[in-house]
Order: sequence, then structure tokens, then C-alpha cells
Amino acid sequence: MASLRRLAALLAELDDQLIACMRCGFCQAVCPLYGQTGREADVARGKLALLDGLAQEMLRDAVGVQERLGRCLLCGACATHCPSGVKVLDIFLKARALLTSYLGLSPAQKLVFRGLLSRPALFNRLLALAAPWQALLARPADELLGTSCSRLVSPFGPRHFRRLAPKPLHWLVPEQHIAPGASGLRVGFFVGCLIDKLYPTVGSAALKVLAHHGVGVELPALQACCGMPALSAGESLTFHRLLVHNLERFQPQDFDYLLTACATCAAAIRHLWPLMGRELSAAQQAQVQALADKTRDVSQFLLETGLLAEGKAAENGGWPVTYHDPCHLRNSLGVTQQPRQVLAASPGWHLQEMAAADSCCGMGGSFSLQHYELSAALGRRKLANIVASGCQAVATSCPACMMHISDMLSQVGERVAVKHVVEVYAESLG
Amino acid sequence: MRDPALIKKFIDILGADSVFDQESDLLTYSYDAAGLPGQAPWLAVRPRSLEQLGQTIKLCHLEGLPLTVRGAGTNLSGGAIPRPDGVVLLTSALKRIIEINQADMYAVVEPGVVTAQFFAAAMAQGLFYPPDPGSQAVSTLGGNVAENSGGLRGLKYGVTRDYVMGLSFFDSQGELVHTGARTVKCVTGYNLAGLMVGSEGTLGVFGRIILKLIPPPAAARAMVAMYERMQDASESVAAIIAARILPATLEFMDNFTIRTVEDYSQAGLPREAAALLLIEVDGHPAQVEEEAARVQEICRRHGAKVQVAQDAAQRDKIWEARRAAIPALARLKPSIWLEDATVPRSQIPAMILSLTEIAAQHQLTIGTFGHAGDGNLHPTIVYDKRDPDQRQRVAAAVEAIFERALALGGTLSGEHGLGLTKVRFLANEVGPATIAWSRRLKAALDPKGILNPGKAIGG
Repeated sequence: MASLRRLAALLAELDDQLIACMRCGFCQAVCPLYGQTGREADVARGKLALLDGLAQEMLRDAVGVQERLGRCLLCGACATHCPSGVKVLDIFLKARALLTSYLGLSPAQKLVFRGLLSRPALFNRLLALAAPWQALLARPADELLGTSCSRLVSPFGPRHFRRLAPKPLHWLVPEQHIAPGASGLRVGFFVGCLIDKLYPTVGSAALKVLAHHGVGVELPALQACCGMPALSAGESLTFHRLLVHNLERFQPQDFDYLLTACATCAAAIRHLWPLMGRELSAAQQAQVQALADKTRDVSQFLLETGLLAEGKAAENGGWPVTYHDPCHLRNSLGVTQQPRQVLAASPGWHLQEMAAADSCCGMGGSFSLQHYELSAALGRRKLANIVASGCQAVATSCPACMMHISDMLSQVGERVAVKHVVEVYAESLG
Repeated sequence: MRDPALIKKFIDILGADSVFDQESDLLTYSYDAAGLPGQAPWLAVRPRSLEQLGQTIKLCHLEGLPLTVRGAGTNLSGGAIPRPDGVVLLTSALKRIIEINQADMYAVVEPGVVTAQFFAAAMAQGLFYPPDPGSQAVSTLGGNVAENSGGLRGLKYGVTRDYVMGLSFFDSQGELVHTGARTVKCVTGYNLAGLMVGSEGTLGVFGRIILKLIPPPAAARAMVAMYERMQDASESVAAIIAARILPATLEFMDNFTIRTVEDYSQAGLPREAAALLLIEVDGHPAQVEEEAARVQEICRRHGAKVQVAQDAAQRDKIWEARRAAIPALARLKPSIWLEDATVPRSQIPAMILSLTEIAAQHQLTIGTFGHAGDGNLHPTIVYDKRDPDQRQRVAAAVEAIFERALALGGTLSGEHGLGLTKVRFLANEVGPATIAWSRRLKAALDPKGILNPGKAIGG
């Protein structure tokens, strides 16, 4: 048991954070996963108790704990509602890293993370090769949603997935260095993998909006992933490589704000880069903090800078659009009103709330790859609320939510368009 | 050692996905919210129907396995902590609201229904379920009945006991017993529901609960009264009751809690006030108008500055401040110990004085808030449970609190139950004959002693 003692010693660094959980169980009220399964190991209190058990050597089953720790959407609802302010996501991500360093990555994870994701240029080339061949394996399911489903038995199962874009954003806009216009502001633009490879139109829409408002743009070439998938798997090495790669491309002095149109990237840069980048040099840590402080979601930026006036709702009714709160915007950044105001300010549309707009869509990044049935069960609840809203379109601020919501709509053949908030706004600019 | 053949018997009844025997699942059923060291059970099971529930209990009885029912695991006295050789019986798959009857104003529920969800479902049909324990967002009705949970509305509306019209429960042998009815009046047979409420899972396992519902109040008004002297606050409480007014809620906060809440949430509370009363009157609009005016007048006469909520937002703000008490205190130190010793309301000033002395004597920080209207205070000790010395001082302080509450004519527990934490003090309150009688009753009804052994009456 000497090695388990080593794991316990590693986990002991979390002790001050773990002790803060008083086991009140209030996280059960808001945990989407617990709502589905009713299992204590699925809710934050249970997972914190398991980590405590390992740290105190009351428990020997490190693999069992890792498996249960993996059953989490990382949506952060528990942390937002925790009476004693336990930093649940910080603890979970650190613990995942410790457990992965102790138990190791699977060969497949090694290939994906260290072989592909941490090498952005190679990753881009491989996907470019793959894109034209998708039609052989997948057939279109819904053109409005841009989804496909498998022609044959495939690892994608029953999913209606988003096809790789024929031209990723880094082909359309390899890089951009535009001086500030009328606004006098200049922003860095962090694209993110899903927008680059699956939803380049979202990226184009954001750039169009920035140009419209006279905002200068610094969009460096060959950006890497924000690192969230690696952190989620506890893969610190890949996270570190990606972070260093991005630090070489984004200099905080080059812009006033760092923008993303991806809720997950925004939350990662703002909170997780400083949290998990502790092995960096002091200068790099300062750079990480400066970038974090400047990071905003696009809608947050438009409102905060006054480029978009509050409450400028469209006068001509327009089509109803409903809004889904991405967890990483709502829970991690506290951004809820800004995307709604951007929608309200988009002529041709009017915002109509759905029930439980703030509940998780069930995507949870790699969670949906590993636990698709649970992910889909949550997705179907979101689907029912979207359909009940009677809207022709659902808007959100996260490409991962867009993927999952499209999957759900497409599987039942519901004709509701899924858009990014910034797409809705960009279209309304004509 | 785990006996695979025995586990197989549970799987035969419940299916493999409802029987948990992995170390990493069992550890998550080892604790509740009391903050005691946990104890993992031998097995955890999750019945999905009344039939499965009965068969599971029969099997436990046959095999002599101790059985602890678990709802949301929010118990504050260790009542949900299982035995190492025992089975935890989860009610998380028994969560149907079977009926809400508008004509006869009752509901029939399964034990795993969440309190706040039931409240909302009743409200949607224009009916009111008043018991509102602090954990209502997650707690289950089965747990509420087993603990006779209270809440903020206790003074005017009573506690869970006052809303249980009937029960179907399994006895220790797994036989289904019915008591009470769907009628307002019922004197058929023994009042077994009265016995089961608050029995902490030691006498039976609930299968169905019939709950009384009432018409909701048409109007409400909230206000906050701020005092420079503690004595004035407690005299106001007595004067309000003496004026024959029963506020729906009449909550108290001491200066330490006020300052902690203010630091935490900047709610605009007066940091220098010695005490606050947070008061809400409800009922017919005309009655609310009149009572609100009289309560204000009484509080002012006792030296208070009174602010009345002018709209829903201000009302929410008042209750937000009250709800912030535990979160605010919880962030001061790693651990909190929440007590619920209760005294006759006229003894609140004496109790508060004693709490200050006890805190000083044991060098501990105690924030006190709670239900002034019914004498149920929540002295909350903040400490670090990793430090054995602090743990010991907390234990000594808690003992002193109990002693004082009993000396003032009060009780060990207003609403959290005796569980494991308070059971050894029971004799001080009720004497040996009561314990002996209770244990004879328990032995007769549960001869193998499998139902949540060691809780409520010890043994």
C-alpha cells in the first residue's frame, strides 16, 4: 500500500479545500447528473467524500474514485450554490490531474492528447485530410441543423453529429492584425477548436461584428486548444504544452481585451489557466494572469464597452428566439444578461425565454463521449423546453452546447435553428 | 467479507443496477450532514416500488441485517449514518407524488419526494404545505416525517407532525401496516402515525405518506426590527405573542451573526445592532395590514428601529439575509456545529446569556440565530474539526448547552433529532423509565433490532 500512501500524500494538498465541505448536501438540488441518477457518487458531496477517503487512506479503490470523478459535467452549478463556498471545480480538476498522474493515461488518450491535440499544426492537417471523406461514412440528417448520422455502425452511435467544416476558420482567416477603428479598441481573438473546425461561421460572425463596431483585431496564426479537454482528462502534460503554445501567440500588451465566442474557452482562460499553470515561470504566470483579466465573452465585451447600448430592443416584433445559458458562462463567469441583451438588440428577432434556460444541456465536453446516454437524457429535457417555447431558433454562446442541442433536435426531426448569439446579431447587421 | 450469495439475493429482488457493493459507492453512504466521522455500510440498495421495498425489508429481517433508510442524507444528528454490517436503503427511486386532492385537501406521496418540489407541486394546485426545514431544497418528505422536521413557519403553522394524516409503513418483518386516513377526523385504531413521526427510522419504513394541505395565505408582509439591546428583542417577542398575534415567521439574529452575514453578503444590515428580529405576518389582506401595524408598534415601543418591506424585492432581501446566516458562518472556519436545543420562548434571553458565557468559557466562537417565536435557537459553533483540542472544546460546549436548555425547562432537540449525537443525553431530559419503556416498545416491534439501531433512544 506504499503507493496508495503516495497518492494520499498528493491529495493532502487539497485538504484545506476539501475540509470546507460540511456535507450539507445542498448540491443535490442543482446537480443535473444527480437529478438523473439519484446516486450520491454522482453529486459533488459524494465525490468530495471519496477524495477525502483516498486522502485519509480510508479507501483503497483509486480506480473506482477516478471513474466516479469522471462522471461529472463540470458545469459548476454545485459551486455556484454551495453554502460554504467550496471551490468544487478547482478541486475536481486538480484531483483528476493527480489521479491521472498516479494511474496513467489509456493508450487511446495518450494518442489523442499527446499525439494530436498538443500538436496544433499536425492536428489541423489531419482533420483537413479527413473532412472530404466524411460523406462516405456519414449521411446528412438535417440540413437546417447541419447534422449527420452514421451510414454504418460507428463509434458515434446514435448521435447526429456536426460535420467538420469544409473550410475551417484558419483557412478562411489564417491570421488578422487590424488596427483599432472608430471604437479605439483592439481585441485579441481566441478562436477555439470547435469554432475553428466545426462552426467557422461563428468565428466569421464575431469578426464581422467587431469590424462593424470599429474594433481592431489581433488574431494570431496557428492557435492551440484552450486545454479544457486535457484538464478534464487530468492530462497535465498536454495542458501545459497547449498553454505554452498559446502564450507564445497572445501578448496581453497587444490588445485591450481577449475575446472568445466559446463559453468553455472563456472559462478556461479566465479561471483555469491561472489555476493550473502553476509550473510556469514567474513571467509566464504574470502573462497568464494578464490574459485572464482581459478575457471576455463577445457579448460581455459588447455591453461592458458600451458598443451596444443596453435595452435597445427591436421594435418590429420579429421572430422569437430563445436563449440557452451555457454552464461555463453562467456558473463560471456569471454572464447571463449580456447575451440576452445582444439578442434583444438584434432587429428581426425578439427574445422569448424557455423554461429552465439555465439548466445544463448535458454536453459536458468529453462527458458526452464517455456517458452518452446520461448526456442525451439531459439533452432531451433541454429539447422539450426548447420545443415548448415555440421559437424558430435557439441561440446560445457555446459551440459545444450548439453541437449537443443540434444532436437532440435532429434526432427527433424538430425544425428549430441552432445559432450562436453573435451569429444572430451579425445577421441582423445585414 | 462480502458474501456473494447474500448479495445475489438482493440483486434478485432489485436488479443489479440498484444494488451497490463497491467500496467507492458505499463510502458515499457513510455520512450525513451532522459532521460526525462516517461509517460505510455493508451494502446499499435502491428499491423502485412498494413491492421491492417490502421484499428488501423481509430479506434484511430474515438475514438479521441492520437497516438504515436514507433520503437526501441531510440529517443533522447522525441519524442516517449506517452500521458497518448494515444495509442502507435509498429512497431516491421512490419519488412519485401519487395524488394531490384539491377537493379534500390532502396529498399522497412516496417517501423520496423532495420537500421543496412537493411544496411547489401543491402550490401549483393552489394548496399550501407549510413545513419548511432549512434543507427543504433537497430534503425528502420521508426524512421530514421520520425526524418530525420543523422550519421557519413552526410558530404559526406547526411542524411536520401537524401535517401527517396517515401512513403506510413496513414493520421490521416487512409487513405493510396502515394508519390514519384521508379524512380530517379518524379515530380508527391506535394513532400509529403519531408514534412513527419523529421515530428516526427505528420503528418502521415508510411506503406512502398522506399529508394535509391547507389554503395558502392571500397576503404577507415582512419587516426587520433592529435593537440596541438583546433584552428588548426578546421582550418584543413575548409582547407580540401576548398581543395574540402569531407571525408566520419570527426569526432572531445575534450581533455576531449580523456582522458575519453583513461581511458575507453586504445586505445592508446594521453591524452595530445587538439583535435583529425578522418578522413576517400573513393571512387575509386586512388582517395582515392590521397585524403588521401592531407588530411595528410593539417593536418600536421596545426601542427598535423597524423597516417594512415595501415590495416583493425588499421582502426577498430580508429573507435572503436570514438564509445567509449558515453560509456566512460556515465560511469563517472549516467546520460548523449546528445545535438546536430549544427553550420556552420566555427563556430566550436567559439562553442567549448562557450561550455567551459558554462561548467564553470554552474559548469558542458561537453565532446564534433561529426561530425566536418558538424558542428554537440555532447556536452555531465555528471551528476546525481537524484539531482534536477544538473538537473536545466543542463537545464540552455542546454538553453545557444541553444542560442549560434543560435547566430552563427546554428540550435537547427542537427539530434535528437525537440521532447519534444527542442520544446519550436523553436520560437527562426524560429519565430512565421513559427510556426503558421506549426500548421495550422497540424490542416488541423490532425483535431483531434491525431498524436503524442505536438512534433516537440508543440501545
